[in-house]
Amino acid sequence: MTEYEPVIGLEVHAELLTHSKMFCSCPVVDSTQAEPNTTICPVCTAQPGTLPVINRQAVEYAIKVGLALNCTINEFNVFARKSYFYPDLPKGYQISQYEYPLASDGYLDIEVEGETRRIGITRAHLEEDAGKNTHMGSYSLVDLNRAGVPLLEIVSEPDMQSVEEAEAYSRKLRAILVYLGVNHGDMSKGVLRFEANISVRPVGSDELRTRTEIKNLNSIRAMVRATEYEIARQIEVWESGGEVRQQTMGFNEETGKTYTQRLKEDSDDYRYFPDPDLPPLYIEREWVDEIEASLPELPDAKRERFVTEFKLSSQDATILTTDKAIAEYYEAALDAGGDPQAVANWVTGELFKLMNQDEVAVEDVKITPAALVELIELVDAGTINSTTAKDVFAAMFESGEGAAAIVEDRGLAQISDTGELEALVDRIIAANPDEVERYLGGKEGLMSFFIGQVMRETRGQANAGIVTQLFRDKFDALR
Amino acid sequence: MINLTDLTIKDAQSLLQAGEITSVDLTQAYLDRIAGIDDTLQAFLTVTADQALAQAQQADQRLAKGEHNPLLGVPLAYKDVLCTKGIQTTCGSKILEGYRPPYSARAIENLDAAGAVMLGKTNCDEFAMGSSTENSAYQVTHNPWDIERVPGGSSGGSAAAVAGRLAPGALGTDTGGSIRQPASLCGCVGLKPSYGRVSRYGLVAYASSLDQIGPFARTVEDVALILNVITGYDPQDSTSMNLPVPDYTAALTPDLKGVRVGVPKEYFIEGMQPAVEKIVRAAIDQMVALGAEVKEISLPHTDMALPVYYLIAPAEASANLARFEGQRYGPRISAGSMWDTYKQTRGEGFGPEVKRRIMLGTYALSTGYYDAYYLKAQKVRTLIKQDYDRAFEEVDVIACPVSPTTAFKIGERVDDPLQMYLSDVLSLAVNLAGICGISVPCGFDADDLPVGLQLLGPAFGEETILHTAYAYEQSTDWHTRVPEL
Ligand SMILES: [Zn+2]
Repeated sequence: MTEYEPVIGLEVHAELLTHSKMFCSCPVVDSTQAEPNTTICPVCTAQPGTLPVINRQAVEYAIKVGLALNCTINEFNVFARKSYFYPDLPKGYQISQYEYPLASDGYLDIEVEGETRRIGITRAHLEEDAGKNTHMGSYSLVDLNRAGVPLLEIVSEPDMQSVEEAEAYSRKLRAILVYLGVNHGDMSKGVLRFEANISVRPVGSDELRTRTEIKNLNSIRAMVRATEYEIARQIEVWESGGEVRQQTMGFNEETGKTYTQRLKEDSDDYRYFPDPDLPPLYIEREWVDEIEASLPELPDAKRERFVTEFKLSSQDATILTTDKAIAEYYEAALDAGGDPQAVANWVTGELFKLMNQDEVAVEDVKITPAALVELIELVDAGTINSTTAKDVFAAMFESGEGAAAIVEDRGLAQISDTGELEALVDRIIAANPDEVERYLGGKEGLMSFFIGQVMRETRGQANAGIVTQLFRDKFDALR
Repeated sequence: MINLTDLTIKDAQSLLQAGEITSVDLTQAYLDRIAGIDDTLQAFLTVTADQALAQAQQADQRLAKGEHNPLLGVPLAYKDVLCTKGIQTTCGSKILEGYRPPYSARAIENLDAAGAVMLGKTNCDEFAMGSSTENSAYQVTHNPWDIERVPGGSSGGSAAAVAGRLAPGALGTDTGGSIRQPASLCGCVGLKPSYGRVSRYGLVAYASSLDQIGPFARTVEDVALILNVITGYDPQDSTSMNLPVPDYTAALTPDLKGVRVGVPKEYFIEGMQPAVEKIVRAAIDQMVALGAEVKEISLPHTDMALPVYYLIAPAEASANLARFEGQRYGPRISAGSMWDTYKQTRGEGFGPEVKRRIMLGTYALSTGYYDAYYLKAQKVRTLIKQDYDRAFEEVDVIACPVSPTTAFKIGERVDDPLQMYLSDVLSLAVNLAGICGISVPCGFDADDLPVGLQLLGPAFGEETILHTAYAYEQSTDWHTRVPEL
């Protein structure tokens, strides 16, 4: 049987978090929350005679993304009309950049399994979003709040060769958009949408076989599932002697299957032509330079800095910088005096575990960075041991209370009283003569057994370091 | 006793300022005349009598406070492709029957602020597509000089209203000659401003890169007064130019000494009525008598203008008219499915000429044809523009006829689109080049039908053509003739 590899290109549609819409002054709102048709005006409802005006902030945001994706920002920009009829498209055409996009020829570096891969960015262009249709059976309702919201379409080269790469690309791109402050990255609000172009070919070949395009993937997870399914489907088609047909597909999230929407030969002719209502837009170099100078630190740079400045492993640094809010949390903890590695361990360990378990976003975590540092200090001071610390952490996560208060309230402070512990150690040595003999005979692994006994007696509150030392001293004396 | 509806805007304004007449008197006089004569002319689609009188009262209050403004209290008529807040705006189409826009066109907002009074909305070819106003879905407008003839188009209602003394001034729109040609055929003055001079915001688009709003009036000076108010940069129209706005009446001086006038040989074409050529050439001689230097020039790509126009304008129209599908405004003709409803609504809502142009434009933009038609047309458009650029290095103004013929009979050309398109053969290159042009009455043919002299100036050269037209007009009395109705 032939082995196949996929060839994947992604188109990412990112809504831009501008104050107003792309071509009118209506505010950009959360279209999943706002009352339908409340942020509309004559322009975005396409009243006869209205005209579009380009939103400068949207252009600025698009330039930011273009620069972050290492693109050329093109001086000459043309907005075109893309014509098709649909009830969510009030003008009967979408204003979009076609022949002359704002940004082109960039790349994005991604890491998959420790290896860096460079994914080409063909272009990024500005356009306007459509409204939203809700089908009610025999009729449909149209909400135009979203109509005219600025969209940046970011088109990659078909450079991804696995679903993992497609996922890594999507996450990295999302991180950059959030870092830039141009998109909040919340896919449940539909502010980030994906289209995947997929083909497969025998491993080692460089041919490009017929591709299919899966539209309207509303999350990275949906993109991953759809892509996995479609790759398998195409391989099966080729293997059974068939031929993949060029087509536009949808993805059913319930069945997890892709389905044909339109074959290529039935595809719309969009009749693009330059929008005569909008003269060409010339972007001045000085403006681009200004924007470039004001770009925030992006994930890659931050990761580099975490490695060099905080001596973190590349893996920890990557995990801590993928989400801007996490990186901010981490840095705030360091600002509060936390040790870089200790904070990294807590964040990537317990914090992530509980966040995942309870589905809590970092913005909603009740443990402040300073409170985390306080907890670490209690461990360092020997007030609690690391096992207890995890319980304290969980309690903090639950209630938002400070570490010291929880330790105090629950009497969790570690027993470091050498006299008290020595008596206990003596008792355990006396009670377990066989084990002592075996230990003295060379079975040093039994140390953990002895410590475990002490912990059981003290409900884990004994200072493990002191206990270990006590046992060593006692055994040395017995030899 | 003065006949109020015979007054020019300028003269009416003097009397209003002096308190000798009121805006209510003036407005009522026009409303009465509309009530008496518009059954015959059919120039208005909507007469807004109540609003007009209310506006007139407000104007009178402002006048009483001593406010000076050349259009304060002056009644005007607006072509029905211009949006008027809360007042039906149909574009002469069934597809917008009953549509009351939620806003007014910027030009009309400016006129409202200046205190002008709206008499109503005038008839036009559906979506301004036509040269005779016969493509209106509602009515046929008649030429005041011969009611068996067309007023020209597409702004035929505005031209007929002004020529027929149903309004002292009006707004029209000009995409390929739709102000100048009806002005010529109705014997009034009509000016197409340079592209970008007047905001298109609220002008229901036919061909966005060609459309421009402009004034009609009985005299050049009145046209200048209206232009003063509607002109200017509008941040809501990205194609409007941010240039200083002069006082256009300041340019109106009576002699033409040193004015270089070019007469393009390509504008005296085969098929032109001999009377038209004779009358226009006589007008050019008159300009020489006023001190102008006249020379023959060449605009070699003139014969390309018609085919280029009929690719670019329909292409733009095919997208501009996509929004009319009965969902948000206008009648919806429900059929089985959503797509059937779209088809039924558009199929019944649009008239044949509009459908013809939508199909033409859709074809010209289609994959495989775009380069050969639309793109090629844009290239030739550049050549046409360059013709004018070169000409205006040598001359200040270009003088020529507006239309090859005087007003033709109603029904005469409706079944022959190509013949109809030829009505605009001398006017549409101006829109392709984005320059300005004016039509000013320059005589009558043997049937007493008016002929217009077309004067063209470079982009944003409105002062030059107004000056030239004014000097010519003041040396003749064509503009003082009144049609018998
Ligand atoms: Zn809006």
